[in-house]
Amino acid sequence: MSTSSAFNDEKGGSSSVGEPEYGHDPASGGIFSSDYKRHDDLKEMLDSNKDSLKLEAMKRIVAMIARGKNASDLFPAVVKNVACKNIEVKKLVYVYLVRYAEEQQDLALLSISTFQRGLKDPNQLIRASALRVLSSIRVTIIVPIMMLAIKEAASDMSPYVRKTAAHAIPKLYSLDPEQKDQLIEVIEKLLADKTTLVAGSVVMAFEEVCPERIDLIHKNYRKLCNLLIDVEEWGQVVIINMLTRYARTQFLNPNINESLLEEGGGGEKTFYASDEDEDEDEEKEKKAEAVTMAKRKPYVMDPDHRLLLRNTKPLLQSRNAAVVMAVAQLYFHLAPKAEIGVIAKALVRLLRSHSEVQYVVLQNVATMTIKRRGMFEPYLKSFYIRSTDPTQIKILKLEVLTNLANETNISTILREFQTYIKSMDKDFVAATIQAIGRCATNIGEVRDTCLNGLVQLLSNRDELVVAESVVVIKKLLQMQPEKHSDIIKHMAKLTDNIQVPMARASILWLIGEYCEHVPKIAPDVLRKMAKSFTNEEDIVKLQIINLAAKLYLTNSKQTKLLTQYVLNLAKYDQNYDIRDRARFIRQLIVPTEKSGALSKYAKKLFLALKPAPVLESPFKDRDHFQLGSLSHLLNAKAGGYQELPDWPEAAPDPSVRNVEVPEWTKCSSREKRKEKKVEKPFYSDSEGESGPTESADSESDSGSGSESGSGSEDSRSGSESDESKEASESEEEEEEEEEDLKKKKKKKNEEKQLKKPVQESESEQSSEEEVRKPERKSKQNKSESESESDEDEESESESSESESEDSEDSEAELKKKKKVAPPKPAFKAAKKENKKEKKEMSLLDLDDFEPAPSPQVTPVNTFLSNSLVTDLEGLSLSDAALMPATIAPSSALKSYELLHRITGEGLSVEYCFSRQPFSPDANMVAVQMHFTNNSTSDTKSLHMEDVKLQSGMRVKEFPEIELLPAGETATAVMGIDFCDSTQAANFQLCTHTRKFFVSIQPPVGELMRPFFMTENEFKKEQGQLMGMNEITEKLTLDVKCRNEHTIVQKVTTAANLSRVPCGSDKECSTPPPPPPPKHPIYRFAGRTVTSSSLVLVTVATKDEGAAQLTVNCEKMVIGTMLVKDILLALTQ
Amino acid sequence: MIHSLFLINASGDIFLEKHWKSVVSRSVCDYFFEAQERASEPENVPPVIPTPHHYLISVLRHRIYFVAVIQSEVPPLFVIEFLHRVVDTFQDYFGVCTEAAIKDNVVVVYELLEEMLDNGFPLATESNILKELIKPPTILRTMVNTITGSTNVGEQLPTGQLSVVPWRRTGVKYTNNEAYFDVVEEIDAIIDKSGSTITAEIQGVIDACVKLTGMPDLTLSFMNPRLLDDVSFHPCVRFKRWEAERILSFIPPDGNFRLLSYHVSSQNLVAIPVYVKHNITFREGSSQGRFDLTLGPKQTMGKVVESVLVSSQLPRGVLNVNLNPSQGTYTFDPVTKLLSWDVGKINPQKLPSLKGTMSLQAGASKPDENPTFNIQFKIQQMAISGLKVNRLDMYGEKYKPFKGIKYMTKAGKFQVRT
Repeated sequence: MSTSSAFNDEKGGSSSVGEPEYGHDPASGGIFSSDYKRHDDLKEMLDSNKDSLKLEAMKRIVAMIARGKNASDLFPAVVKNVACKNIEVKKLVYVYLVRYAEEQQDLALLSISTFQRGLKDPNQLIRASALRVLSSIRVTIIVPIMMLAIKEAASDMSPYVRKTAAHAIPKLYSLDPEQKDQLIEVIEKLLADKTTLVAGSVVMAFEEVCPERIDLIHKNYRKLCNLLIDVEEWGQVVIINMLTRYARTQFLNPNINESLLEEGGGGEKTFYASDEDEDEDEEKEKKAEAVTMAKRKPYVMDPDHRLLLRNTKPLLQSRNAAVVMAVAQLYFHLAPKAEIGVIAKALVRLLRSHSEVQYVVLQNVATMTIKRRGMFEPYLKSFYIRSTDPTQIKILKLEVLTNLANETNISTILREFQTYIKSMDKDFVAATIQAIGRCATNIGEVRDTCLNGLVQLLSNRDELVVAESVVVIKKLLQMQPEKHSDIIKHMAKLTDNIQVPMARASILWLIGEYCEHVPKIAPDVLRKMAKSFTNEEDIVKLQIINLAAKLYLTNSKQTKLLTQYVLNLAKYDQNYDIRDRARFIRQLIVPTEKSGALSKYAKKLFLALKPAPVLESPFKDRDHFQLGSLSHLLNAKAGGYQELPDWPEAAPDPSVRNVEVPEWTKCSSREKRKEKKVEKPFYSDSEGESGPTESADSESDSGSGSESGSGSEDSRSGSESDESKEASESEEEEEEEEEDLKKKKKKKNEEKQLKKPVQESESEQSSEEEVRKPERKSKQNKSESESESDEDEESESESSESESEDSEDSEAELKKKKKVAPPKPAFKAAKKENKKEKKEMSLLDLDDFEPAPSPQVTPVNTFLSNSLVTDLEGLSLSDAALMPATIAPSSALKSYELLHRITGEGLSVEYCFSRQPFSPDANMVAVQMHFTNNSTSDTKSLHMEDVKLQSGMRVKEFPEIELLPAGETATAVMGIDFCDSTQAANFQLCTHTRKFFVSIQPPVGELMRPFFMTENEFKKEQGQLMGMNEITEKLTLDVKCRNEHTIVQKVTTAANLSRVPCGSDKECSTPPPPPPPKHPIYRFAGRTVTSSSLVLVTVATKDEGAAQLTVNCEKMVIGTMLVKDILLALTQ
Repeated sequence: MIHSLFLINASGDIFLEKHWKSVVSRSVCDYFFEAQERASEPENVPPVIPTPHHYLISVLRHRIYFVAVIQSEVPPLFVIEFLHRVVDTFQDYFGVCTEAAIKDNVVVVYELLEEMLDNGFPLATESNILKELIKPPTILRTMVNTITGSTNVGEQLPTGQLSVVPWRRTGVKYTNNEAYFDVVEEIDAIIDKSGSTITAEIQGVIDACVKLTGMPDLTLSFMNPRLLDDVSFHPCVRFKRWEAERILSFIPPDGNFRLLSYHVSSQNLVAIPVYVKHNITFREGSSQGRFDLTLGPKQTMGKVVESVLVSSQLPRGVLNVNLNPSQGTYTFDPVTKLLSWDVGKINPQKLPSLKGTMSLQAGASKPDENPTFNIQFKIQQMAISGLKVNRLDMYGEKYKPFKGIKYMTKAGKFQVRT
């Protein structure tokens, strides 16, 4: 009966609240009529020992709260029951507490200890609810307690509690924004959580507390993408919206090529222009360099970008409209144009939903249809309007239909519109007429048809329809008035009947504007209007004055008196606007002795040709708001709206997302890589993985996507894996230190994972399988592959000295892996400890040998090649065989302009990449600068300052040039560590008088230095850089460069690489199809300057100048850019 | 996210309020009332109303406005979808979602709202989970609670929150294990004056009522899955399996749920089961109009068209009608001008018709608009698209469930223009 008594209470409304309902409890019976005493009964009940009474009382109190009645005076009585055993009483007490704690802060503190106890409860439900209520009490004093509780709960065992902790973060933040920094730490921690339960909530917290800290997402990006499908629907919405913003900051615009084409000039031209013009108008070039860089290379989608698109696509099938909308906006903002189409179907499906959902979806569709009309055209009929639709839906559908109208479907749409005009819903009819007007302006073919239709509407019985038609006709007539004077005449007649002010005003304006077309009617209309002037609406009055003025100017003989009459009437009008206008016009048109120069131009002023109005959709340009957002819907920025950033011009370093690879991905990637290694002998020479070259316009199905996904994992492993032997000593040391630090930090993690070394592979696999879906290869396969690859390494290490270096290398590689992926078992490090020292020795040796590779190595190269040439002449290798390998680095140095002599006021600076090792720092690229003083005065103290660099980049400045006399030249060398990116180094070049902003941007080919290796080594390394690290392009060689000499020269000019001598040992040592000798293969090797990552280039020639270019580089960005550059060099 | 929620009934009273963050004065609803006044029809109140400090997002269901107050940027659909979910939950709990039902169960409603949102962010919206947290009120339970003093709040953390199958609780037990599936298709169509189809499409749903013990894993396959053009699933359906094999594989939630909704590709010609012959004329100058309406079956594949109901909004100029139905009954509301004719079954031998005269306002000109007719009907034992379930298999449990599949075709938004 307990509930039923509550019912009665409710039904009785407010008056009956105080009536006694608890007949079953005689102790508390009694009638209290006054408000003050009314709650005494409740207090009594709350004080009793019986749970049922307490419950009853609480229910009534909650019912009061629900109705918005004040129950705050019961606070002391209620708060006592916070520790009640009965769960339902407790829950209701919580409800009460959360509602009133803010008002009764002191008393609320009484309850805190209960929650603190609750936070330690073994039951996760109780822990969670304690935290929930504690964090919901908006009492500033307990902020430290809340902070502590949140921190603790964030590392709770139960994901449910952690979820609650995530929810508590924004609560605390809104209570005390000063806690932001600490809260961000918690958020960072929770972002790393791997359970789907937490993901949505923590991203929500992230969005509320620190949406600007996009850097926190990097490491969790891939995880979030992969978890997305399993997150609960509300979390999905939040995550997708956040990732949209993230992607906008991190990836390149997939439609960049399209937008280039739209800009005109065509993609082809821009593609080549940069190179051709380089010498002539370098000046211009320099300014637009950043842009052209982006333009020059065809777009390659970042695999992470692809991952996001692929993983969100299935969510279009969600039953939750918000999720579908979120995915739709993500695709709209992020996907290549060719792939956006998929969202149309899902959005159209949402139109079946509740009218509120329809309303929001249609708003967004309306915006989309402006940008991408084609996408919704197949669904045109889904936007047809039913008489039962609410007016606001009808109007939105009309908007969409209008946006979709084009030459082919306009006739169907107009037929539809004709039906709509007969509707009973007059607002809708008015909107339809407007829509017809818009169709008429947009589609010239139907303009006359529309106009005729609208003129017919002028005889409609409904005044609203007529008025709206007049307004629209006015706009249409403005486009070609001379053809339609009969329509104007017809409209002039309407002034007698139409009373709607807007329509009357429109007609008057029209007559005034085109009074020359209707010279007889116009004065008559003015006469009639003058008669009724005083009774008109303001807007009509203004137009009457306008008409009068215009007629006065064109036909003063007939209308002079009338005009003066009207102006006099207006002079005494109540509205000051009208009085002002009258005064102004009188001065302007009636020539008096005082009137200034302006009145001469009155005719020009009034009868200037007015541009026809463009009837635009109100949804135009709305897409600068993120679709699906509240701000978009309102077309105004809502509080807390995060702007959708513009695409970056150059993609930020994608490796930030690699840095801390969670162990599961890492394991799988390692495993994957090893699989590849095994597969390699069978497949390597064939097609290779298609992953990285997937471009914007390639197909969108998930099949190809999955491949690129696996590729991306591979790339991750790649960047972790090969560590160079060339790394300088200092760097090595740094690494050591870093590693130590990391080790300490990760000790805990590692201890957990510490298992018998023997089982290493086993444990890795199992941990991987826990998280990973079991779609991977079977266990046996993995262990097999692993053991095989190990054998590989060992067996190879015997062969030669360089080979043994290599195996050391692989040790270093392992070490590096550990550094990059910290949660690796510590035992491994321990095991390698002694070896490491040994290896460092060898590395030292190497260092001694390596630092200046080009001068030392190349002679060897020549020597080798020369002997080769003689040896292999019989094999029809051309005699020029390998010469260029030596020539290239020194010759054909392209110089770039840094400062033109005009802008430099006489000082001109050119720079070139000298391809010499930069002695002060081996990680830097040497840039040789030629200063020329063309001016007549001396330039003093030439130096650089204010260097602005991307993070990680360093610059060694050139020594200051004290004096550069007029007409003299000077040379200086500076070193720039570009961090293996083509980001420009910006700095100021200062003289004693001026500062010039300049920037140096390296071609990708200059970011590497030649590296000598044998063919066998080359093939081995190549085998390790498969998948995403390999980029293959087919090309047709230019007629001029089909011989070996030119090919080698072109390649070495484009990139600072050294030729790998070929044919020295039997080609057939590797199992894959031995290439026929008449199609030689050219190989080049180098290492990037900063990270010493290998760069391997293979040009395999085929018949008729066809060739295949392959670049293997663990730095995919470098690889792709290099491919473009070499391709360009070879096909020119 | 969602700051507060106000429930407003048709007469404009706020009868329930709930705040998840600090309290927002109910005076914020004044902006809503203003908008309501401006709107000619109840459903024309804009779903999103900006106010100086807040935004009001509302949905209208069962003549109750659910008005959510939010303070900062949030996807509007997020809120709208959530509010609809709230209504669905109420309906699930109380059978109906009316003002009376909500008032009767105000405490349960409050507890539900408390569980569904935490700090304005959705927490538990799956009805299976909620039902474990808060037991739905039944007369029996109310009795038991009164006697034993026990409550309708769950004592245990719903296991679903942590299990791999968040939509299904563990430990479900039934003596009769049964699974029923209703394939319901609705025809949305616009028929023009001459009887030709302007647009027609089929929207279908499969609603399930599954009462199975344990953790059954079901697969449902179709004879002709290619028919389904666009589908949306309950989260339980394994998407990959559908993509690859066109098989619905899922661990069902307990009880009633919507397994999927689909759209039959528009390439297929939609069979229109009924036709309408109409002749409605207003003569200029006379205050009489003629009304003649006949219905007939068209492509019904031998099935009976039943529960036919025709409704139409007649032009404002019509004062009254004097009609004669050959079967069924008709009503006309002279205020709203709403004509509705309850036809019942269509007998192909004797076609139902409605004939008579309309009296118009004297002296007024003839209305230039013609009414449109909205038609409702049902056809049992048939899915108009031809969709057929092939088989339903169960894995993971040993018992043999009782399975049942029912087909039905209904009119959705079926309009005939005249």
